[in-house]
Amino acid sequence: MFGFLKKPGASPDAAQQATTAQPGDSEATPAPKRSWTERLKAGLARTRQQLGGGLASLFSRRKIDEDLLEELETTLLMADCGVEATTHLLTQLRQRWKRDRLETGEQLQAALADELHALLAPLEKPLQIGTQSPFIIMVAGVNGSGKTTSIGKLARWLQAQGKSVLLAAGDTFRAAAREQLVTWGERNGVTVIAQESGDPAAVVFDAIQAARARGIDVVLADTAGRLPTQLHLMEEIAKVRRVIAKAEPSGPHEVLLVLDANIGQNALQQVKAFDAAIGVTGLIVTKLDGTAKGGVIAAIARQTPKPLRFIGVGEGIDDLQPFEARSFVEALFEEGPRSTA
Amino acid sequence: MLDNLTHRLAKVVKTLRGQARLTEENIQEMMREVRLALLEADVALPVVKNFIAKVKEKAVGQEVVGSLTPGQALVGVVHRELTDLMGGAHAGLNLAVQPPAIILMAGLQGAGKTTTTGKIGKLLRDRMKKKVLAVSTDVYRPAAIAQLQTVSQQAGVDFFPSKTTDKPVEIALAAVDYARRHYYDVVLVDTAGRLAIDAAMMEEIKALHANLKPIETLFVVDAMLGQDAVNTARAFNEALPLTGVVLTKLDGDARGGAALSVREVTGKPIKFSGVGEKLTGLEEFHPERMASRILGMGDILGLVEEAQRGVDADQAKAMAQKLKSGKGFDLNDFKDQIAQMRKMGGIASLLDKLPAQFGQMAGQLQGGVEENAIRRIEGIINSMTPLERSKPEILKASRKRRIAAGAGVPVQEINRLLNQFEQTQKVMKQFSKGGMQKMMRGMKGMFPGMMR
Repeated sequence: MFGFLKKPGASPDAAQQATTAQPGDSEATPAPKRSWTERLKAGLARTRQQLGGGLASLFSRRKIDEDLLEELETTLLMADCGVEATTHLLTQLRQRWKRDRLETGEQLQAALADELHALLAPLEKPLQIGTQSPFIIMVAGVNGSGKTTSIGKLARWLQAQGKSVLLAAGDTFRAAAREQLVTWGERNGVTVIAQESGDPAAVVFDAIQAARARGIDVVLADTAGRLPTQLHLMEEIAKVRRVIAKAEPSGPHEVLLVLDANIGQNALQQVKAFDAAIGVTGLIVTKLDGTAKGGVIAAIARQTPKPLRFIGVGEGIDDLQPFEARSFVEALFEEGPRSTA
Repeated sequence: MLDNLTHRLAKVVKTLRGQARLTEENIQEMMREVRLALLEADVALPVVKNFIAKVKEKAVGQEVVGSLTPGQALVGVVHRELTDLMGGAHAGLNLAVQPPAIILMAGLQGAGKTTTTGKIGKLLRDRMKKKVLAVSTDVYRPAAIAQLQTVSQQAGVDFFPSKTTDKPVEIALAAVDYARRHYYDVVLVDTAGRLAIDAAMMEEIKALHANLKPIETLFVVDAMLGQDAVNTARAFNEALPLTGVVLTKLDGDARGGAALSVREVTGKPIKFSGVGEKLTGLEEFHPERMASRILGMGDILGLVEEAQRGVDADQAKAMAQKLKSGKGFDLNDFKDQIAQMRKMGGIASLLDKLPAQFGQMAGQLQGGVEENAIRRIEGIINSMTPLERSKPEILKASRKRRIAAGAGVPVQEINRLLNQFEQTQKVMKQFSKGGMQKMMRGMKGMFPGMMR
């Protein structure tokens, strides 16, 4: 995977050290946060390998020159940052190189971390559960992006916040999607409102009524996966949204789009298309573990900024966590310079 | 639509018009544009680099023939190379073993393995008349087994039940054993989605492969995959002797650069592409079309096919019959036509499929409001009684007022619609008289008016 770098032998080693070096590093962080920071770091191991590991070998060279910047460009592109965001980051770095008279690789890395943080910080807007009762969250996304799994994890998260949750099995299309959600409901001890096939909007409507009757705080509405090109399906999901507004005039209070971190620049298209159809208010980026990519988040921050509510960094039920730009960037970069030894 | 390569190159090419051949110097800048276009299409960077080197080699010294600009000549080279890279002839499934032939599906979570399993099952059953057994070894994801069961039922293939408490290898072996005793031709083994870095899960699928010795091991990849496609594909290819690739979700608007990355890394043929959620949505893979798509050159062939899929053949035939019989073209037909147009994904999506220059031209022409206009027309027609629809000439002031109120538009809109309809009717009359040329002439006057 590092075949394109100049010193192919060095990078995997460096990256490996980066991964093994991590647990000792978080000693300074306060105890309650630690487990999450560690999980984040573990989950982002691959992104770091790609970014940090790749960068480690870059930054080990002492002087900053055009070659170094070009390789940096390569690394960013490889992390799915996309042409636009990469160009932006590099322009910023070039300016700082001249303006702040950066000299060493470490300084450049610190500058990159800063820039990346500046780029991602506006996305850091944690989900606020309002006082509306029920607070309705609608979840949408393309096929296989991890909607149902995210809902399961989200239910757990909400419960940990002391909220009562109800799930609406709005995916009436895919085989066994309902059963999948029901299983998640059982794991969390949450009621699932489902119907034998039928109209997704009707299921969601029912769920809202049920939640109101039972005095439940949050309704999580699942929907079937759809590609933005399938116009009739996009119309269907727009209808689901309208029906929610009918059942609860102030709703939906949150419209979450689930994005798979593995996908490339099409993520931008997806954000645009779903936003046009249902007015996306927040994003969940899933499967960040095991892919080399946090980069698409940078592309989104640049081109279609939307609050990034959660990121999924593992398969465990607790591995869906609110996005924090600072710890995300830190987790990416932390071991960079140290692993150059 | 700046992503179109031809368009991009056109800008660069302005400076080197009139040069007779492509040289190292004059393609330098163009190669940068090619690189960006490929990156935006999610082709992995190492693959892009290799590819660019190859194209450069081929392109340098090429004569710029005839009326081509150097840019066009280069696009030609790039397109040819892409097509070559993605593999020439279509490779089908190899089932030439003592039955049952075992097909193992592998891929990431959410790639579309189970759906693809169903689609392949249907294809084998319907087109190749095979007796197929499907089995799921996904004991991890909730309801994954139930999903395959439902899909199998829809595809009309038999399903071997499994429990989440069983071991994947045992399930698979039991299924194969069952298949052997009941004379099945093919066993489809669906597996759990796994990340390439998950060592335990990769061991599991290796064990599955070792025990089953499948004749086909298909790697299922999402066409939307980004840069990481390369690493994923390499990891799977190293762990398993893959025999082919299935590219899924090609009906999305991703450019599908992953296809190129996967092909380059694994060297294995892309055997099928998955489109749509219906179980018939499995097609042979077409390298040139994929090449056009990656380059953003517009998928004319796909457009034609989509039109064929979207248009109801029976309805079209009935329409032709009606025209031939000389009976009038009424507002019902007008509405049907509009509905058909919508079925094909609306004008916007049609424009997207066109090559960028045409798309842009068409977009300017209509100012981008056409989708709403069409919806309004539909609304107006829906507000008419059946009698009014079949005999629009009875529409007089009071009826028009009623319709306008029903559709929520001013009366002028109704008049405009009726004018448009009359024009269309005229064209249709000419058409029924067999004057294709006349019709085209008629169309010329009609189109701008119709869209406004």
